[in-house]
Amino acid sequence: MTVTLESACELHPQVALRPEPFGALAYHYGNRRLVFLKHPDIVRVVKTMGQHSSLRDALMAEGVDETRWPSFVSALSSLTTSEIIRVL
Amino acid sequence: MKQGLDAPICLTWELTYACNLACVHCLSSSGQRDERELSTAQAKAVIDELRDLQVFYINIGGGEPMIRRDFFEIIEYSISNKIGVKFSTNGAFIDQRNAERLAAMDYLDIQISLDGTDAATNDAVRGEGSYATAIRAMDNLKAAGFGQFKISVVVTRHNVDQLDEFKALADSYGAQLRITRLRPAGRGADTWNELHPTNAQQRQIYDWLLAHGENVLTGDSFFHLNAFGESLPGLNLCGAGRVVCLIDPIGDVYACPFVIHDTFKAGNVLETGGFTHVWRESDLFTELREPQSAGACASCGAFDACQGGCMAAKFFTGLPLDGPDPECVGGDGEILLASVPVALTPRPSMDHSKPPRHKVNA
Repeated sequence: MTVTLESACELHPQVALRPEPFGALAYHYGNRRLVFLKHPDIVRVVKTMGQHSSLRDALMAEGVDETRWPSFVSALSSLTTSEIIRVL
Repeated sequence: MKQGLDAPICLTWELTYACNLACVHCLSSSGQRDERELSTAQAKAVIDELRDLQVFYINIGGGEPMIRRDFFEIIEYSISNKIGVKFSTNGAFIDQRNAERLAAMDYLDIQISLDGTDAATNDAVRGEGSYATAIRAMDNLKAAGFGQFKISVVVTRHNVDQLDEFKALADSYGAQLRITRLRPAGRGADTWNELHPTNAQQRQIYDWLLAHGENVLTGDSFFHLNAFGESLPGLNLCGAGRVVCLIDPIGDVYACPFVIHDTFKAGNVLETGGFTHVWRESDLFTELREPQSAGACASCGAFDACQGGCMAAKFFTGLPLDGPDPECVGGDGEILLASVPVALTPRPSMDHSKPPRHKVNA
């Protein structure tokens, strides 16, 4: 599924995050997928996005520079494929 | 990732060296139980530690793990601590009752080992009757409604032509196929020469994997084949001591499941500091996380693709670790192998094989 700046998203409830030096590992207990989140910023956004009504709000709240938003949108879209996050 | 992780992603735990079979390529030379085997309480303490490290799942093997009387107790304890379990078995103990018990559990994956789609091919490697045993276990799992289990195949010279049939067999059970690379470890060191795929067959495996993509699991074990061109899906590096390790039945920690040898032993879970200390502080793992020299492969254009291949395969065939894999698709390993005297290849540090049965002449 494609994520947009208007999407409300959350970390999938069956996913656990484990902090690592490069960011975090995300593991989905349901589909057994393991995904590398290779930047601390993406980890912060993924953790807190469920508390915001849109991705735009989540990115602003985490202080992510607007020039980086397109790359976050595409990274988060790929995370919906593995169901690490889901669109509400 | 080459610098290592705070905890392993892929941790294999061989619960016992005891086994009802005596496969000729057994990585752990299993057969007889080791009297130093971890007790139930010690095993649970390891699980407590893995939970604190946030290890998401463990791969349990052996030997035949279901031989342990506390097998269910251990896996239930793990799962109740949010550590998923994937275990490998020859299926001998998956009767109807156990199949139902397994089917009732969450976060559990089962791999049935099978090395041929017919009894003759399979039993030549895994022993007489083992094909029928595996099929019976698969029938029981299907009847119990376990869902998608896995059929795990070690690819050899003799079953490589059966890959399509393996896939069809898996499909017929609603199972997932997993194929892995034959390693010259354990008893496999003695049989590797006769069993490992030929150069032409390696190309065959590569093409077959490319065609089947992510529908077939490989444990990322064929990354040496990436030197053929396009990369296969998965982690393209040797994860030994970086993302992978092995805990053996007596608690010794090795860099990976294919190197049960003192050279690659990092410590023991029963020592002060436990597994966590071994994973994070041991000299061996620290060294494995440092940049590794490409050695003789440095000038090869394919090095980025194959990363020099498998450390264990090199070690047990007597090749230098900073050179080509014995199955280097460019043929460089084969040339080197010809110059290694058999007497100089390392032997596994432990052997739990059952003593050979001597025929008595009447």
